[in-house]
Amino acid sequence: MRKPGEDPSRPMRRRLLAALLLLTAAPVWAGDCLTRGTGDLGVVIERAAGSLRVVDVGARRELFRVEDLGDLSHASVVFSPDQRYAFVFGRDGALSKVDLLCGRVIERIKQAGNSIGGAISQDGDLVAVSNYEPGGVRIFRASDLEPVTRIPATYDDDKRAKVVGLVDAPGERFVFSLYEAGAIWVADLSNPGSPEVERFEDVGRKPYDGLVDGRGRYYIAGLFGEDGLALLDLWQTGQGVRRILDDYGRGDQRLPVYKMPHLEGWALTDEHAFIPAVGRHALLVVDRDTWQEVKRIELPGQPVFAVARPDGRQVWVNFAHPDNDTLRVIDVASLEVVEALDPGPGVLHMEFTPKGEAVWVSVRDDDAVHVYDTASFERVAELEAKTPSGIFFTHRAHEIGR
Amino acid sequence: MAGDHDTITDARKAQLVRLLDHDCGACHGLEREGGLGPPLLPEDLRQRSREALVATILNGRPDTAMPPWRPFLTRAEARWLVDYLRAGRSDLSQMTQR
Repeated sequence: MRKPGEDPSRPMRRRLLAALLLLTAAPVWAGDCLTRGTGDLGVVIERAAGSLRVVDVGARRELFRVEDLGDLSHASVVFSPDQRYAFVFGRDGALSKVDLLCGRVIERIKQAGNSIGGAISQDGDLVAVSNYEPGGVRIFRASDLEPVTRIPATYDDDKRAKVVGLVDAPGERFVFSLYEAGAIWVADLSNPGSPEVERFEDVGRKPYDGLVDGRGRYYIAGLFGEDGLALLDLWQTGQGVRRILDDYGRGDQRLPVYKMPHLEGWALTDEHAFIPAVGRHALLVVDRDTWQEVKRIELPGQPVFAVARPDGRQVWVNFAHPDNDTLRVIDVASLEVVEALDPGPGVLHMEFTPKGEAVWVSVRDDDAVHVYDTASFERVAELEAKTPSGIFFTHRAHEIGR
Repeated sequence: MAGDHDTITDARKAQLVRLLDHDCGACHGLEREGGLGPPLLPEDLRQRSREALVATILNGRPDTAMPPWRPFLTRAEARWLVDYLRAGRSDLSQMTQR
């Protein structure tokens, strides 16, 4: 506490000062906050309430409720590398930094009119947000959310596209897709103030979301405007974007889509990718070497999320309205549906524990999060949450693209 | 206007609002300020004809992400939704009680 030039010959006063500091500071600085590890914490978004719950994943209990986060419909979360801070991307363009140990917002900015998601850079120094309005990506310093730079999603001279499918990739890069422009851009932020952007045009009509595999090599954008996907090898961007599975519809009539599939959760196991077929009651199983369809798994509704258990042995699938009350579990060894669960209306999201023994499922209309044992499929716990949507655990901090 | 909606029960209206918030809201935003789909705020919708909006809800819009909601809604219910949206959120209690 003592400044270098201060007189050291007054220990009495210093002790008094220290005692005062302890008395006044302790409840403010330490009392509200937890002293514990953060590797098994998580966040449950309460979409309608504009709040979130900080949870202890192992103990299956709530630690804090954090409120006043704005419009959290379609909110997503990334974590700082030390797993202490959650960056929350709101639909209303707000970016909030939440301290998980203290259960409070420490920084909050309104960075755009309307946004859809975000990512954190490889080194954890930069947070990127993908915006619908005005269309583009904005980059902020993770430490204090000070603006660093912006990348307007300009096409056809003066139009702005909505940005979707923003992910981080090795080499301090961010990769994202431009919905109206049918483009994929790769931005290298090695020099944060002046990003170098590599642009790929004509990748397919209306890319609506994207993902990168766990090694950060392949970026895949799903297409809404036509069948198929756009694949970019980030090890060899010079080869350009390649179309895969562009015949999966084979001319059959596509059903109306009541909820867009979410690619963030696409299941990528060692051999296979499990991909929701847009507008169809099916999951496509794709060989990861050839990117050819090897099997089509028929399901009771249009898949929204298909997520692999961390060991890759199971894939859990939820569905769009009006089939959003049910779940299916696919066994990856046999590629068959092995379990059906009916948590209730509004099954919105699933998140596995780091090693996959349990999965947390948000059940919007039940105002609850259900926890299932992934071996017995028994419901082993239930946590209260108001209209829960996204669930995010801190182990994501150390995974590329999440 | 009230006469139009007499056939819809309060319980059904609550369901419709839930559909609006959560299913329409997936694209148009919970606060209806837009997202992948355009905003559905009163000032946006009042400029368009009621029947055109009803038709969009029931039939969807080709070449966009807007699907037809006809399997889940009657024409009367779609009209109620349009009126509800045009009135804005503050009029909710008034309209559901009617």
